[in-house]
Amino acid sequence: MMIILQIILLIITAPLLSGLITKIKNNLRMRKGQSVLQPYYNLAKLFFKDEVISETASWIFRVTPFVVLSSTLVVGILIPVFIFTSPVHQMGDFLVIVFIFALGRFFLALSALDTGSSFGGMGASREMFISSLVEPALCMVIFAVSLQFGSTDISAFSSMHVISVSSVVAALALFLITIAETSRIPVDNQETHLELTMVHEAMVLEYSGRSLALIEMASYIKQMILFFLIAQLIFPIGLPVGNFAQILPWVLWYLIRIGIIAVLVALVEVSVAKMRLFRVADFLGFAFVLGVVATVCAILGV
Amino acid sequence: MLYFLPQKLFLFDSLSLFFLVVILIVSLPSLVYSFGYLKGDYSAAKIFLAQVLLLAFVLFMALIVSVRNCLIFLVFWEIMSLVSYFLVIFDTKHARSIQAGLIYIVMTHIGTAFIIAAFMILHNHAHSFDFFAIKNACLAMPSQTKNIVFLLFLIGFGTKAGIVPLHIWLPYAHPQAPSHISSIMSGVMIKTAIYGIIRFVMFILGVNSSWWGVLILILAVITCLVGIIYALMERDIKRLLAYSSVENIGIILLGVGLSMFFISLNLPYLAVFSLIAGLYHLVNHAIFKGLLFLCAGSVYKATGTRDIEKLGGLIKKMPQTSAYFLLGAMAISALPPLNGFVSEWLTLQAFFLGAFNVIGGSKLFLGICAAMLALTSGLAAACFVKAFGVTFLAKPKSHYAESAKEVALSMRIGMLILAVLIVIFGLAAALIIKLLAKVSGSALSIDISNMSFCLNNFTLFPQMAKNVYLSTPLLALWLIILGITGFAIYRIFGRGKLTIYKTWDCGYYKLDSRNEYTATAFSKPFRIAFSFFLLPYRKTQKIRESFYHIKSFTYETRTTKIFKKYIYDPVLAMVLKAAMFMRRIQPGSIHLYLGYIFITLLLLLIFMRQF
Repeated sequence: MMIILQIILLIITAPLLSGLITKIKNNLRMRKGQSVLQPYYNLAKLFFKDEVISETASWIFRVTPFVVLSSTLVVGILIPVFIFTSPVHQMGDFLVIVFIFALGRFFLALSALDTGSSFGGMGASREMFISSLVEPALCMVIFAVSLQFGSTDISAFSSMHVISVSSVVAALALFLITIAETSRIPVDNQETHLELTMVHEAMVLEYSGRSLALIEMASYIKQMILFFLIAQLIFPIGLPVGNFAQILPWVLWYLIRIGIIAVLVALVEVSVAKMRLFRVADFLGFAFVLGVVATVCAILGV
Repeated sequence: MLYFLPQKLFLFDSLSLFFLVVILIVSLPSLVYSFGYLKGDYSAAKIFLAQVLLLAFVLFMALIVSVRNCLIFLVFWEIMSLVSYFLVIFDTKHARSIQAGLIYIVMTHIGTAFIIAAFMILHNHAHSFDFFAIKNACLAMPSQTKNIVFLLFLIGFGTKAGIVPLHIWLPYAHPQAPSHISSIMSGVMIKTAIYGIIRFVMFILGVNSSWWGVLILILAVITCLVGIIYALMERDIKRLLAYSSVENIGIILLGVGLSMFFISLNLPYLAVFSLIAGLYHLVNHAIFKGLLFLCAGSVYKATGTRDIEKLGGLIKKMPQTSAYFLLGAMAISALPPLNGFVSEWLTLQAFFLGAFNVIGGSKLFLGICAAMLALTSGLAAACFVKAFGVTFLAKPKSHYAESAKEVALSMRIGMLILAVLIVIFGLAAALIIKLLAKVSGSALSIDISNMSFCLNNFTLFPQMAKNVYLSTPLLALWLIILGITGFAIYRIFGRGKLTIYKTWDCGYYKLDSRNEYTATAFSKPFRIAFSFFLLPYRKTQKIRESFYHIKSFTYETRTTKIFKKYIYDPVLAMVLKAAMFMRRIQPGSIHLYLGYIFITLLLLLIFMRQF
């Protein structure tokens, strides 16, 4: 029951996050900007629009939206956001999340190659490049965090109550990873459709209508999950035991924490320039080094 | 007649049985596949020869893993190498086969020489070639000798397994053999070397000090990364798979090395657990690499080329082959809920569990090894997106691909069996781990009766870990449920109509397969990011008709194989130089030769006077 509530809350709040970041960015740039609810309008618009599928595409192109959505939602039911222990926690641990995200990405990259468009190939190549460099950094972060608990259990991670140097450094590394994974400046840019720079947008360029809506939805949820993980590292407040009376303040507290991360991301996005693709290796290398530092801190017990 | 044979010749403990199963699991589908594959391309006599060689190959691999005498082991090992040499040069039409065969046979004999040296040292101590006699003698062996024997075995078996930098023969030999043989060579033959390491180093010799495990871990990490980076650069589909075998041997060795490391630290549970992870990946790799090689063979059979830049669009021409390749690619990229995912998760978990139980700097070492494994799996995913995407998706890039047709039934059956096994080994992980625990326990001589690795028949639960579970059936179930939910929402609430139209072409109206992204382009970011290792070479040439109009443009790029260039080529040059030098004493003059004989005779006579 609670797990369904969690999924619904995730789905409902996820687009808001993107809207919020865009709004903050626009305001920082002295623009009025679109409404915070714009992502919802976009999703609704896309969902009821006609869809065009390339004649070159095969069944891979058609199943990809569902694979991407379902893999993201599986992570959504696996991690405890509003509930203490997921009823399906026997399904996997923290490491599994990395592999499940890889499943969606694998299919997205294949579907990009499927249409035979150069943009798709470019996007797929870049996405796989970035994501393969993300993996060691992410593994290091998980390693540092789980060293503190002696377990890769997700509930243990979510139930921590103390803040340590190690978790702050790990959160910083995770922040860099999140920027790369959610295609934000300086790694990628969601706002532009310029051939030379786009990564994620190039991959989904051939999608339209309902399929695009599902893929967009999946990337909103993925962003939400990654933000939640960062929030849990820097603001380590335990989870409610799980009755309905406690859930409302918890949701509020959750939104506030996510909001703070959103402000940080927006600040980063307006203050740095997008970097060359090949510099991303250095960027993620730095995230990896931060992960190592977090591990060293965890070993030293600080 | 067989008076020289020892009394007890065979040994069927669980380790041997496990390897027998691995051998059969890949060989039988390959045998089924070979009927369709060989038909048409070769004469009847040659097909018969191929089948006889195949059976001999499988038989001798089976004998290798089941004998209990070093000398007999060595004889079978040598026969296996020779039979596989004949299979590598089976396509005598191509000059490349002969060259590949030569590299293979030289490297494999270098390896065998080291194994012989190790056996001689062991025999010197045990005065017997029997495994158990040696095992007993090893208890009293000085640790210095043990270290030397370990290194000899590591080099000897490492050559067969393809540990970097001894991998040099693998990308030549494996692709050159007929595809069903490649699948057995990559899937099984290189695993006999892992059997050798487990049997002789872990079972007989016994792990002596912790640097053994650390050395293997470091070599394994290097092997993983080098293998997959080379695979990413490759555009010949079978060479790509061969390099990926190098990578997977690295992952298997991570499990084996970790197990040795834990034995030396006296952590029996973790030692068993790590070896389970290694063995699980071993059988998984046998299955999916076997499948991928069979698929690559089908593509070759249907199109006549192995160059993926010339393929494309095969998913529509060969739907079944492409579905099998996709499944294999997903498994090798460690995507849930398939088998590759389970074994990589186990290996990672072994690193994490190890790190929780060791102290100080070792934690960091294990963490960084785990991160490198994660990098490898990320790169593997990229590599197989490339391999599948460029080969099977989009439009055909040449007439080879345009005229492709689905392959014969026997070939599809061969692939189907392995594809089903991939799913089974993914979903029935808990059951398989229970079996592997026994194998692992017996190989390490550790009692596993009070160790548990599974919660029930569906869920993995490493006893030492706190609340860590993995249930692939549950994961598969939820992926399907949520996917169907997504599909239902899509169908029920979606209103708009579906149009099939051309890919967006920026208003150019002439989009064809030449506009597609190529494999070389796909791997470009990796080529640049790893340029310190790959040393890419790039040449562009424009031929202009006028200042404004370029008539043609050529682009050439290749990477430098640094191991070949900086290790093997200099050594080879030295050998050749020495041979040239030695040639001077053999000028072809009969008088000189008579002189040699006379001098030899004199020397011998002088020598014999001492007795």
